[in-house]
Amino acid sequence: MKNRFIILLFIFFITVRPDPVNAQDQEIQVVKFDALESILNSDSEKIQVINFWATWCAPCIKELPYFVKAGDEYENQIDLHLISLDYADQADKVSAFASRKSLDGNVVILDEVDYNSWIDKVDPSWSGAIPATLFINPKTGERIFMERQMTYEDLVNELNALLN
Amino acid sequence: MMPTDRNGYEIGETVEGFTLKSTSGEMISLSDYNSEKGVILIFDCNTCPFSQGYNERIKALHRKYADQGFPVLAINPNDPQVSPGDSFDKMVAYATDKNFPHTYVQDTSQEVTRAFGATNTPHVFVLNNENGSFKVAYIGAIDNNSRDASAATEHYVEDAVEALLNGNEPPVTSAKAIGCSIKWKRS
Repeated sequence: MKNRFIILLFIFFITVRPDPVNAQDQEIQVVKFDALESILNSDSEKIQVINFWATWCAPCIKELPYFVKAGDEYENQIDLHLISLDYADQADKVSAFASRKSLDGNVVILDEVDYNSWIDKVDPSWSGAIPATLFINPKTGERIFMERQMTYEDLVNELNALLN
Repeated sequence: MMPTDRNGYEIGETVEGFTLKSTSGEMISLSDYNSEKGVILIFDCNTCPFSQGYNERIKALHRKYADQGFPVLAINPNDPQVSPGDSFDKMVAYATDKNFPHTYVQDTSQEVTRAFGATNTPHVFVLNNENGSFKVAYIGAIDNNSRDASAATEHYVEDAVEALLNGNEPPVTSAKAIGCSIKWKRS
């Protein structure tokens, strides 16, 4: 009887582990600055939407669904890049989060903690606070940088400004 | 909406006085530091993982430099309505729990934060006392590795303070870092 209880307890614990890393969670790529640089210098026909976020950043998490929605709505006109600034050793956490929020496919982790070496290359006006988003129209070279949390309406306005 | 570009004090500018409430219950004024050589002023908070990651390094800065005339003064800029973990009571508990050797004050009106143009936490302003007026000598990050103190190769704040103690200009006067945005009051 006692043994059975222990076994049940064991089964309970292995089945209700909080936030498990599922086998189906997509593996998130960990990249260096050169990967970001090639997005910044992209010669794509599409608008490059580059959002900087992290799992620990509450305002980032609030706006992420709008980026996913815009990614669907403007599928043929934009490339969405969700650049996570979580530490590279948090890849499992980012991966589980990305799966839960259906972000996968667009997320990479930028593993460059010497921040001062690259922040100005994204935009000289960027303080380093997140959320922050850079929109680039590679055809015209036009760039819009936003260092704040965005609504879906804000996002659509910026996209339309670049698309028209 | 929160301000985007930094438009506070620049390097070399004189800082205006202020008085804010400390976790000890005392009111702390910048003029209380008139007999010091300067102040390592840090916009910091309870809730940001980057602030948490820098806790020990901030305490170490105070331990190393307070006796040499550059104490740390930490200011929590976050609006507790937006960030409940940064309420005054939570600050008191946090400072006690973490054994802060340095002063930790709250900028309830966010006027000081706005005047400095602080944008994220932790955000450092090294102030040099020049005959009673505090001038900004360095703005930015503590070092260049938020994840691992031992792996940092640039120690911006220490280098700035060492230079000032030796009567020199800081070798680097600003360095950016990723950080948590300041939680401004909802207007």
